[in-house]
Amino acid sequence: MTLVEHLPVLVVILPLMAAPLCVVVDHRRAAWLIALAAAWLSLAGSIALLQQVHANGALDYQLGGWPPPWGIEYRVDLLGAYVLLIVCAIAALVLWFARLSVEREIAANRIVHFYAIFLLAFAGMVGMIATGDAFNLFVFLEISALSSYALISMGRDRRALNAAFQYLVMGTLGATFILIGIGFLYMMTGTLNMLDLAARLPAVSDTRTVRAGFAFLTVGIGLKLALFPLHLWLPNAYAYAPSTVTAFLSATATKVAVYVLLRFLLEVFGADFSLGRMPLDTFLLVLGLLGTLLASLVAIYQTDVKRMLAYSSVAQIGYMVLGIGLASTLGVTAAMLHLFNHALMKGALFLALGAVAYRIGSVTLRDFAGLGQRMPWTMSAIVIGGLSLIGVPPTVGFVSKWYLVQATLEQGLWPIAVLILIGSLLALIYIWKLVETAYFGRPAGDVAVVGEAPWSMQVSIWLLVGANLYFGIDTDLTVGVARDAAGSLLGGTG
Amino acid sequence: MSGPDLLGAILSLPVLIAMGVVIARRRPNLRESITVAGGVLLFGLVAMLAHSVELAFPPRLVLAEPLPGLQLALQPEPLGLLFALVAGFLWPVTSIYAIGYMRAHDEQNQTRFYAAFAVSIAAALGIALAANMLTLFVFYEVLTIATYPLVTHAGTDEARRAGRIYLGLLMGTSIGMLLLAMVWTWQLAGTLEFSRGGVFPDTIGGPVLGVLLVLYVLGTGKAALMPFHRWLPAAMVAPTPVSALLHAVAVVKAGVFTILKVTVYLFGLDTIAELAAADWLAALAGLTIVLASLVAMTRDNLKARLAYSTISQLGYIVLGAMLGVAAGAVGGGMHIAMHAFGKITLFFCAGAILVAAHKTRVSELDGLGRRMPLTMLAFTVGALSIVGLPPFGGTWSKWVLVQGTLDAGAWALTAVLLVSSLLNIVYLLAIPVRGFFVAGPAAAAEIREAPLPSLIAIAVTTTGCVVLFFWTEPLYRLTQAMVR
Repeated sequence: MTLVEHLPVLVVILPLMAAPLCVVVDHRRAAWLIALAAAWLSLAGSIALLQQVHANGALDYQLGGWPPPWGIEYRVDLLGAYVLLIVCAIAALVLWFARLSVEREIAANRIVHFYAIFLLAFAGMVGMIATGDAFNLFVFLEISALSSYALISMGRDRRALNAAFQYLVMGTLGATFILIGIGFLYMMTGTLNMLDLAARLPAVSDTRTVRAGFAFLTVGIGLKLALFPLHLWLPNAYAYAPSTVTAFLSATATKVAVYVLLRFLLEVFGADFSLGRMPLDTFLLVLGLLGTLLASLVAIYQTDVKRMLAYSSVAQIGYMVLGIGLASTLGVTAAMLHLFNHALMKGALFLALGAVAYRIGSVTLRDFAGLGQRMPWTMSAIVIGGLSLIGVPPTVGFVSKWYLVQATLEQGLWPIAVLILIGSLLALIYIWKLVETAYFGRPAGDVAVVGEAPWSMQVSIWLLVGANLYFGIDTDLTVGVARDAAGSLLGGTG
Repeated sequence: MSGPDLLGAILSLPVLIAMGVVIARRRPNLRESITVAGGVLLFGLVAMLAHSVELAFPPRLVLAEPLPGLQLALQPEPLGLLFALVAGFLWPVTSIYAIGYMRAHDEQNQTRFYAAFAVSIAAALGIALAANMLTLFVFYEVLTIATYPLVTHAGTDEARRAGRIYLGLLMGTSIGMLLLAMVWTWQLAGTLEFSRGGVFPDTIGGPVLGVLLVLYVLGTGKAALMPFHRWLPAAMVAPTPVSALLHAVAVVKAGVFTILKVTVYLFGLDTIAELAAADWLAALAGLTIVLASLVAMTRDNLKARLAYSTISQLGYIVLGAMLGVAAGAVGGGMHIAMHAFGKITLFFCAGAILVAAHKTRVSELDGLGRRMPLTMLAFTVGALSIVGLPPFGGTWSKWVLVQGTLDAGAWALTAVLLVSSLLNIVYLLAIPVRGFFVAGPAAAAEIREAPLPSLIAIAVTTTGCVVLFFWTEPLYRLTQAMVR
């Protein structure tokens, strides 16, 4: 077998093995280097995977040579490769950014553990994407979830512990629901392999057990992706976690949850069942819209910028869910496009916040006063990321909005199109509150002159900002892959 | 230079100038020289394009293809060339004016000012030369963002509030309505390319087109149609060169230009003529014309009065577009140029009065004509051109617009145009009358004319008002080519 054939498992194994290595080496700088190397190698692997999958179709890998349904199968198709790419890219950039930020925010004796747990969280997410086995997915989900709780609890603020506990309770609830759902499906079909499940479910789909399993799975995943009104854990978790963790989780964790939702709804159950015979499409539409509008409104009134952007994340997840709820190829394309694009925006924004926290030690709105002059590069990055969040051309946010609005208009749902755009305007309000404070506000008291964040941080921030602009103009990759993946998921039903 | 290269050069030159301005930030003389010389060169390029382009086979420059089948592309057409010529000519003139104004006024952050100005011009030229609605929209939003730091230049609380209104209204309308209209058009017609006779297939019903037209016209907040006009008076907090070039020419004209483009090249004038919604919008434009004039009469602040006058004059162009007859669109197109020269002259004079005499209110200007005769004379010329009296350029555009209302059989709108001219006389000519014929405190001996660069700029635009009366042919040719 060549290296390429092993790639689906290599991208998972790499961070999984690197994590204990960090602990064994037990040296701060070395741990960082190991984590960084693992992330960048995974990124290279995911790029190769995407090319491979794009050219030759989905890649299968049988763990230990055991063919399914006895062994666990790893399967990377176009959708998987696409989400894998964005997760690996974010991990690579966040880890590059992390060194200084972590030294500032995490106690010195915990730094090695931080990188090890970070890698575990990363490995868990990559595993969820790469696996083709429903139970294996649950295992990886728990790996990434448990390590996320640990990462969040490392925040400097004591409230981080509370936030992590809150997340732990909600996350465990979600994971349990998912496990029950998978159990019900196993009961009815006798298989855990997703493709087998997809093949056998239609025959038994009219039973109460399958429908109950479907409900458990949907609610469980809804908890993980912070679908309104199951989002309550998210604002606190994001607000009190260390900056790098917030940047990483906001750009990846919920995205992977959206991926899992797509995987179960459209592949395992099939669009006919989940969005046709079950009334989930309407649910997703309504909850997505409510989430978008209400979370945006709440974001306007936040005084902590991290929490403000956390609520904005809930709102943006609403857009993705709404796209899926439209139950059309265009709608799912829009959802996947926004999945990718939102990772770029929030990655850039939260990293920039990390740079601010590194320099002034706080991210409350009041402390942003005058930052426009004192940290010009970081603030420019926040402005561009913010414009992307609003959906101003030529940024990625505009492309997302375009597809989402087009998908709603395609079905004649113009009131929803109007509401989507109102959501954009709400984003304008909370972003501009921040911009006005940074550029027109007078810093309170005599603050020591603060300089720009170090260049190593700027590199990560501006690579993401550049991606926000680049993928707003050249959408061959994002739109192309999203459309193909949506087309193949929905088959002829779109 | 081939056509596409020329288009690329026109778009990139102002961006390069902005970079040059930033690089030369420590040497003000060099910085301003770059702006002025670059501006002159830019106008040369635009003139070359206008001269060389064969309108039957326009060159096309594709910048990118952000959405499958939807390009970011530039392709000149007559109306766009007209707008590009006006903006390209007035930019270096304004830059010369700005040198005198900004230095005499001791403004801060002049580098940011000149750089943002250059980017704004690039955006305006992008709007002028856009080949399709998407390209136009992209540059439209860039223009909003690039002008924001100019509007809030002073950095005071008032500027911050004004910036909020400015951004809120312009972005609110464009994202809330214009974007929706655009995606909807794409959904219905499968193209956003500006093409003669419109893009909509015949199968689409009148009500849908009517709603779309309303979304387009109200969504173009830069046209300052009531009730979305408040941003323009708010933007007057900016330094006068900004008010002069951007809020009398580039930004507001970009708005009415968008509306003209949409009516002529997306809907087609024949379609517009049949839409009931167009009649309602024309009535709204008429209302804007009269109401804004009435408000202008009550404003004592000179720049605020001029801003409301602009709102009123923009209404003329929207009205012309909504008539659905050739003369309406031609008159609207001509008015873009005519009003630009008249209004920029008035703003230049207002700024000159501010820096030389430190006066901002109309009621303080009694007797100023004795001390600043040149400025007051120029103000009179600009005002007469806007009123529409010969021998000044504004005569022709009003003439054609009135003709358009007659062609469309809209008597009420004819009346609106005539009444508005009378109102113009009241609130604009009152100012030089006070300056020349009423004795007052402004005749104080220590007041002198504005700095020389500012006077030169005023002389150029004032001359322009006269020249455009006698030499209307190129203007008429371009606007006629649009509807032929």
